[in-house]
Amino acid sequence: MNPAIDSILKKYKPGRREDLIPLLQEIQDENGYLSEETIVKAGNFVGLSTTKIYGLATFYDQFRFIPAGKIHIKICNGTSCFINGSQSVISKIREITGLEAGQTGRDGVFSYETESCMGGCNHGPIIKVNDEYHTHIRPEHLPELIKKLRFLIEND
Amino acid sequence: MEDLKKFMVEKVLLFESDILPAETEKVLQEVRREKTAIPVIYISSGTSSIIAGSEKAYSAVREYIDNNALKASLVKTGCSGPANFEPLVCIQLPGKNKLFFRNITEEKVEPLLNGVFHSDINEEDLAGQNGTHGFEMWHGIPFIDEHPFFANQKRVVMNNCGCYDPWSIDEYIARSGFRAFAKAIRNYTFEEVCDIIERSGLRGRSGGGYLTGLKWKQALNTGSTARYLICNAKESDPGAFTDRTLLESDPFKLIEGIAIASYAIGASSAFIFFRKGSEHARQRIQHAIDRAREYGLLGHNIYSSGYSLDIVIRREPGAFVCGEETALINTLEGKRGMPRLKPPYPTTSGLFSKPTVINNVETLMNVPAIMQNGPEWFHTIGTEGSPGTKVFAVAGKGRMSGVVEVEMGTPVRTILEDIADGIKEGKEFKAVQLGGVSGSFITAENLELKVDFDVMKEKGIGMGAGGFVIIDGNTCMVDLVRYYMEFMRDESCGKCIPCREGTGRMLEILESIIRKPENEEAGTTLERFKGVMQLEGIASVMKDTSLCGLGQNAPNPFISALKNFREEFEEHIFDRKCRANICRGLRTFSIDVDKCTGCTACASKCPVNAIYGTRLQPFFIVEDKCTGCGICYDICKFSAITVK
Repeated sequence: MNPAIDSILKKYKPGRREDLIPLLQEIQDENGYLSEETIVKAGNFVGLSTTKIYGLATFYDQFRFIPAGKIHIKICNGTSCFINGSQSVISKIREITGLEAGQTGRDGVFSYETESCMGGCNHGPIIKVNDEYHTHIRPEHLPELIKKLRFLIEND
Repeated sequence: MEDLKKFMVEKVLLFESDILPAETEKVLQEVRREKTAIPVIYISSGTSSIIAGSEKAYSAVREYIDNNALKASLVKTGCSGPANFEPLVCIQLPGKNKLFFRNITEEKVEPLLNGVFHSDINEEDLAGQNGTHGFEMWHGIPFIDEHPFFANQKRVVMNNCGCYDPWSIDEYIARSGFRAFAKAIRNYTFEEVCDIIERSGLRGRSGGGYLTGLKWKQALNTGSTARYLICNAKESDPGAFTDRTLLESDPFKLIEGIAIASYAIGASSAFIFFRKGSEHARQRIQHAIDRAREYGLLGHNIYSSGYSLDIVIRREPGAFVCGEETALINTLEGKRGMPRLKPPYPTTSGLFSKPTVINNVETLMNVPAIMQNGPEWFHTIGTEGSPGTKVFAVAGKGRMSGVVEVEMGTPVRTILEDIADGIKEGKEFKAVQLGGVSGSFITAENLELKVDFDVMKEKGIGMGAGGFVIIDGNTCMVDLVRYYMEFMRDESCGKCIPCREGTGRMLEILESIIRKPENEEAGTTLERFKGVMQLEGIASVMKDTSLCGLGQNAPNPFISALKNFREEFEEHIFDRKCRANICRGLRTFSIDVDKCTGCTACASKCPVNAIYGTRLQPFFIVEDKCTGCGICYDICKFSAITVK
């Protein structure tokens, strides 16, 4: 167990349900995902059963229960990106990685998700790879980009 | 630093009169950088600027200053609106008007600065000059406020956007910030503040158009001991980025708006509910709250008025429905974000069963100006029923895009044709989509419609929270409606049946309309033919019986699209044709025998082996096998493949 989790718990008072979501968010910021162990721990801390916490965490799409890939791609699917062709970008990424949104590949390299608007509407379609934005993405740019990213990860 | 803080609090915020003495004004002018002895370089740094590369441009300017040992100050500002101009760089030489340069990416920084400092300005990058009283004009350079993008706007909420450093509380105070709040807590009672806002006629900017002052009064008059204020900054409509820009460019104004609103309802804690993903905005707001606390503007017994306030930031964990006020309250209480039955309304029983006022970002950001200039002033802007302005996020296929603020009563045509400068690449105009996933379409014949709560309501069009997406002829309306419905199906919380089942069924029917008709099970063909009628039926049931606004408004894009583009739906159903060539299932590809060289590129890439032929002879496509994926179309180097 990551000792940082304990220091996160220390910041809150036990037994307060309204702190549950910020607490889970901080744990996810720290670990990148919510492991079973942390969920049980958070449940004991807030005084709720583990199933209730799963029930809550699965309702919201921010929480993930498996670690994200080393390369996490966010694809903007706002209206403006949509009419500029974000759907074909999403299906291309699905085709190349063989994954659905929210999944992580077995090798732990790729994962992707869609976001409803990133705020760069005149540069669409936009994707964000880890923390870097790529603008005006066309499906044909993707094989090259993903090859480059995979190369970087494998040689790092 | 410490001295400036003391000065700002004692000589400015707590000064007895509205008019400050001349020596104080002189200091404030310096803080506002109006009188500088050295050049000042401003770089915009909102999300849209960062996406366009402003961070790299910032480092390049920093490097240029260091390398040339220049005496110049470098300031990051928020966005001033035009997203096409990003990264926007403004340069103010001592005593001269500010110059605006557009699209200054990393590599353009050096030539630009070389040019400016040696009086050889590259006209191509120039967007205009700012006309400020008492400064020397640049000859032959147009004024930025005469640019059609700015000339048709009226800035009340956005008056500071892009003008100052969003990390500097001193600069905000120097722009008469926080004075309205200081005045309110010292001179007015709770009721008086509510009264001023009610008399101003300010209406909620999130779409409903409810009188803000009235809402505050309802919460104030409940007689409860604790009350809460929530600022709803969960703007998650796809294609809306107004709140985000406002928060990034002018975070202190929101803090002031929240502080005044909290005072008006007597709340001692306020929450800001952020959407996930707007990290830049959240950091700036957190910083703004910390600075306001340092200056004694938040905390216990603010400036000995007996009033205490603290503001807490909460991040939205990712559910569209949380934008609905009762669902938002559930989320803040640590529950699933599902809406509650109304009444009781949140103003009587909201967060922790206490009276709660929920306002959106734009509404709260109108408050400081009203408090400062009075309710009568607010009535001089806008229309009689809807005073003030409205902020829109203009996006899509317009030539210009970005965040704009127009006076209420401005026709939609002005925003489309003057501010957004018409349609990109000279394509035909199809519609404007207002209000995001639950909004409606405005077509060419309705462009004279005025931006006004009552006028729009009469026409059955919801103004929404500020999405303004311009759609051209290359967009298929059926596909767009399907996309909205898919979004709604995914985001429906599942509490009430009409919304949970209705969105799913509507999506199924829409998908069957655009799907290729092969291997259809018995019912699907019939369903497709009944499609439009069934859809209309489901839509009206959802509208009448859903629990919250999400379900009630989910069919809006469909209803509006069917009203305005019925022939497009019928074409999809009966002629199996998509006029925009977007719907994959309805596309048919064929090979032009004169152009095909028989290179086999398409045949080898076809995922369903639908392309046949002999090498170096023209190939052909078997229509029955083709799935319309378009890979061959993209891959052909000789443009031999045509799409119908």
